[in-house]
Amino acid sequence: MELNQLFVIAISVIFINNFILSKFLGLCPFIGVSKKTEPALYMGLAVTFVMTASSLITWAVYIFLLKPFHIEYLRTLSFILVIASFVQLIEMFIQKFSPALYRVFGIYLALITTNCAVFGVAVLNSEMFLKTADNPARALLFCVTQGFCAGVGFTLVLLFMSGIRERLELCDVPRPMKGMAIAFIVASLMSMAFMGFAGFRF
Amino acid sequence: MLRDYARTIFFERSREEHYMKKLLREFSKGIFIENPTFRLALGLCPTLAVSTSVVNGFGMGMAATFVLVGSNIIVSCVRKFIPSKIRIPCFIVIIATFVTIVELTMKAYFPLLSKSLGIFVPLIVVNCIVLGRAEAFASKHSVANSVFDGLGMGAGFTLALVVISAIREALGNGTFLGLTILKGFDPALLFILAPGALLVIGILIGAVNYFTEKQHGA
Repeated sequence: MELNQLFVIAISVIFINNFILSKFLGLCPFIGVSKKTEPALYMGLAVTFVMTASSLITWAVYIFLLKPFHIEYLRTLSFILVIASFVQLIEMFIQKFSPALYRVFGIYLALITTNCAVFGVAVLNSEMFLKTADNPARALLFCVTQGFCAGVGFTLVLLFMSGIRERLELCDVPRPMKGMAIAFIVASLMSMAFMGFAGFRF
Repeated sequence: MLRDYARTIFFERSREEHYMKKLLREFSKGIFIENPTFRLALGLCPTLAVSTSVVNGFGMGMAATFVLVGSNIIVSCVRKFIPSKIRIPCFIVIIATFVTIVELTMKAYFPLLSKSLGIFVPLIVVNCIVLGRAEAFASKHSVANSVFDGLGMGAGFTLALVVISAIREALGNGTFLGLTILKGFDPALLFILAPGALLVIGILIGAVNYFTEKQHGA
């Protein structure tokens, strides 16, 4: 029963309601970091990690702080603060303990401090699962699943996009359309392809 | 003595005029030269997500303008007290406060708009335009300049949103502000859906590039 629901959440977030292509969250890194495959992969991994972890943290903030004191209206403020400081903490931690890892992931972590996809997954979690949560443990499971799968969907699309853009470098694109403009058109075509998943029924 | 007095008045006035001109320049640069959407490509996520109808686009633009002006004022007021190391978290708290105000006000007075904008109202907090202006402009300039900068950037953002949403609403729904434009026109639903938004912004950015290139070439 629960496994079934988790599966539905996973498929829905990765394919049907993909964060980039149908919800328009995280477009900046999608356009900015998708020129080469390798940075795209690192960015995707970093986002997946931060999304999963911030789902966990915002769950804790909501259940243990906002709900008992009836201050749900501070959601925006508290979530963004917690996420931003968490990312900073991770950055400092990695810098101290693994300089090699920091060299690979450092700049991406700095970039996703105020990434709308990360904040978006926290807000979506709170709207979908936390507002009506009678069973906190179950809500936690759903939140973390949604966070992780949203990251996976993000990484997937970012990788596709970088693959296409690497090939696009060799094409003769009209001059005004070069760069961002053609990237958006490619994204539009990809989004059309992903719309095919909307027919899924469970 | 009289002449001195006249001279002071003259200087005062010209300084005032100069000052007004500067403020106007801060305002107008956001609309065209540094338009946040088309020229700087900032804040694209809400632009694409809420531009399904002109009403939505305009509502989002107004909400973002309010946050921009409010946060610009406060950031500019406290710019001398904030240590530069923790300035970004401070800016984020200031911005989040204004976003919460907008969120609650909108829920109370415009419940329909609030519902159709959905999570993109709280998401103004991570809109790069707002944080970008706080960091790049308001933290270095006086309050009056920052107000006009915020107003201009907000107007530019609203303009871009209205343009995109007008195109999408007209092509995807055959209407403008809910009124049917052309009888017998078969709207292409695609433009209301996600791919349409990406297509429209791609072509618009291409068009803006084309015209600026032409202008510079001539």
